[in-house]
Amino acid sequence: MTQSSEKKFDFEEGAVIRHDLNKAPKTGDWRYMTPKVDKDKCSGCTTCMPFCPEASIIMKKYKEGQRDKADIDYDFCKGCGVCVQVCPMKAISMEKNK
Amino acid sequence: MTNNTKKRIALTGGYAAAEALKQIEPDVMAVYPITPQTTIIETFAKFKADGEVETEVIEVESEHSAISACVGSSAAGARTVTATSSQGLALMNEILYIASGMRLPILMVVSARALSAPINIHGDHSDVMGARDAGWIQIFSENTQEIYDNTIIGMKLAEKVKLPVMAIMDGFNTSHCVENLEILTKEQVQDFVGEFSPEKSLLDVENPVTFGPLALQNSYFEFKVQQESAMEKAGKEYLKIAKEFEKLSGRKKDYFEAYQAEDAEEIIVLAGSTAGTTKDVVDRMRKAGKKVGLLKINLFRPFPLQEILDALKNAKSLAIMERAISSGTYPPIYNDIVNGLYQNGETKKVQSIIYSLGGRDIFAKDIEKVFEDLINNKISKEIKYIGV
Repeated sequence: MTQSSEKKFDFEEGAVIRHDLNKAPKTGDWRYMTPKVDKDKCSGCTTCMPFCPEASIIMKKYKEGQRDKADIDYDFCKGCGVCVQVCPMKAISMEKNK
Repeated sequence: MTNNTKKRIALTGGYAAAEALKQIEPDVMAVYPITPQTTIIETFAKFKADGEVETEVIEVESEHSAISACVGSSAAGARTVTATSSQGLALMNEILYIASGMRLPILMVVSARALSAPINIHGDHSDVMGARDAGWIQIFSENTQEIYDNTIIGMKLAEKVKLPVMAIMDGFNTSHCVENLEILTKEQVQDFVGEFSPEKSLLDVENPVTFGPLALQNSYFEFKVQQESAMEKAGKEYLKIAKEFEKLSGRKKDYFEAYQAEDAEEIIVLAGSTAGTTKDVVDRMRKAGKKVGLLKINLFRPFPLQEILDALKNAKSLAIMERAISSGTYPPIYNDIVNGLYQNGETKKVQSIIYSLGGRDIFAKDIEKVFEDLINNKISKEIKYIGV
């Protein structure tokens, strides 16, 4: 019925695409407020991690002998501030971009 | 259990579909009850409660959520089914396009029913015809046997061509009527549908992918054309799988059933449960020496136009009978067939007929009248309504 059958596309079927972080737009520059983690106050409870809507928080080694602390990926953090709200230690604060 | 033990039982259409689903044993079934689909889900829920299936049955708060849950589960890599009717299918409409656009092999059993308003719970094809452009493969069934078969064929077809499938039966006429049918064993069905292993899925964390990303002016069109070419190929795949099923079950399967159509001069074309009555009328009129026949459409989307035209080529006149209105124009099957006739340069007379909306009974004498009108050349451009 159409001529499409002969046409070849190098498109993924159904637009299901592989993740490629290098090609992903760095949404970090949308940020107007920046969350900062006070590594001394952070207890490493991981509460903020699942709350981050951009999956931009991972737990990272800060000092030997201590639990891993929250670490924010500023390439993708949009600065929504959810982590600040959920942190039970009040270890994250929002600062205006400089 | 021994293979090839053909088991005959009496079931309603809804139960037969649920039986087929039980034998397929999908990973996930997300549903919301609605008459006349309820026979399917209540039976399947019983199988689940009795521990006969391990399927995850997700009870949701609306059909919109049911199909949304299906999209999520299918994208996650689970074999997914659902079922609905009428307003439920209408409520799903938005997500139907997403399921087909994301190329998710969801199987949906539909008990076709009239659309409100005025409210009516009985059978016609208004709901499924309304969804015919949603990118879903649509297979119609005449009786309980066919809805059982089409549920199994539909599951395999969906996963093969990566497009969602609707297996359709007529609400009440089929879904609530008890009929004799032959069922396969669970092993045979499992062998037939095979294991579902999608190339890409959300839960494959080694190969992370995104479903449903943004595609703007530079790529949306290509994705849609690619989807359409998959739809075209789905026709041939359907035939292949149907023939495979024919070998397994011994029941004849094709794009359509041509009943006494080869040398027929007058042919009725229709889809669904009225085919049974029509065959009876054809037999009776054949005995009286009248050359009449029936073409019952099984696969409706993709529409096997050329094959249907070939089957109709010896006929002098046709009556296309449909259980749906396409408001403001001729109904869908009529449009499809007349398009094809024009392309082929044929000048058959074709009568468009709408019948049995909202479950209105149609009788053998009505169908006989349709044939008589064709024979007596009482054919008009206007759509005829039977029984109004």
